[in-house]
Amino acid sequence: MANSRDIIAKNIALMLKDGDLVNLGIGIPTLVSNFLPEGVHVTLHGENGCTGLGPAPKPEDADPDLCNAGGAPAALIPGGACFDSAWSFAIIRGGHLDATVLGGMEVDGKGNLANWMVPGKLVAGMGGAMDLVAGAKKVIVAMEHASKNGAPKILNKCSLPLTGVGVVTTIVTEMCVIDVSKDGLVLKAIAPGLTVEDVQSKTEPKLIVPAKVATMAE
Amino acid sequence: MNKVISKEAALDKIKDGQTLMIGGFAAVGTPASIIAGIVERKIGNLTIIANDTGFPDKGIGLLVVAKLVKKMHCSHIGTNPETIRQFNAGELEIEFNPQGTLAERMRAGGAGIAGFYTPTGVGTVIADGKETKDFNGKTYLLETALHAEVSIVKAHKADKFGNLVFRRTAKNFNPLIATAGDIVIAEVEEIVEIGDIDPDEVMLPGIYVDYIVKA
Repeated sequence: MANSRDIIAKNIALMLKDGDLVNLGIGIPTLVSNFLPEGVHVTLHGENGCTGLGPAPKPEDADPDLCNAGGAPAALIPGGACFDSAWSFAIIRGGHLDATVLGGMEVDGKGNLANWMVPGKLVAGMGGAMDLVAGAKKVIVAMEHASKNGAPKILNKCSLPLTGVGVVTTIVTEMCVIDVSKDGLVLKAIAPGLTVEDVQSKTEPKLIVPAKVATMAE
Repeated sequence: MNKVISKEAALDKIKDGQTLMIGGFAAVGTPASIIAGIVERKIGNLTIIANDTGFPDKGIGLLVVAKLVKKMHCSHIGTNPETIRQFNAGELEIEFNPQGTLAERMRAGGAGIAGFYTPTGVGTVIADGKETKDFNGKTYLLETALHAEVSIVKAHKADKFGNLVFRRTAKNFNPLIATAGDIVIAEVEEIVEIGDIDPDEVMLPGIYVDYIVKA
């Protein structure tokens, strides 16, 4: 059985459409490109100023003038393009990005996302995350369902400083897929072998459960 | 008019206590020779406007490690533990900007735009104390332009007029900061004759560049 990170990435990959322009964050989101179905070609956007990101280069092929948004050596596929940072974020804010996939520390029932700061502990800065969640057509949060000590990360109300207010479209964890609607969190799919109760027990807000809940891809 | 000067002559333009814009993203597209020179000369008490502070041993991080930076305006410090340490210890002031807001503030600074309304950061700590305004039912945040006394740009190639060509993602913030500094120094890999860069291939017009230094 695949590990939870791969399951999350695979289920997100299945949501993307041929021709989409997508920004993948660091960590689990980066794995999404490994699971795109046959015939689905997406263009990957790097907020540091490129479209057409491809698989990471071999160390000996790394170009010192080309990195991804995590600062790691990157490569462009034929058809790739480079541009300055104002242009890159005009793509994001201007509504040209079909989806952004990024990690989350907390998400709440109103679609608020916190993923950039833990006061007094983790102060890295928001980088491009606030622009991405404000501008992308779809904001997909890829994260493990609960924290390492088992505490829910999907909450009634985020406690950490927010990255964006009411911005999240979809949450994908190793347990389930949740869509954020104006009425609350809608359970769209659950992992094979789990019950709705299993998911609800690790989720703070009361989930809206439609008549038919799909099974996640393994 | 000769814009091509030595690294030492370029460093003479940079003074203690100034506000500098420096290009680069995670040390890609960062003017390494001039940064090394600032460290060597210990030009300090600087306010730096840049995306990030690179790494402790690379990029703008070298200025932080040498304790030459008083204040940073940036979007991210996660790749440099020394920046995080100085910030947490209260030794370094940081104003965090969403990356796109930072880029647009630079662009505005060079384009005669006093400020702009962006949807980024509405309802977050970034919005604290800032004016908001609704357009077509959506809330936007007022952000203002940024300027620098000296902008230090990294480019791949310059002609002797200062027309610049960038490579790959080393472009990032460089063309933007070149428009928003009182003095603009371009550190480049290669210097060619005027006319050797086709006008259609120029990525930043040479009118923005005051001095050119060979990396």
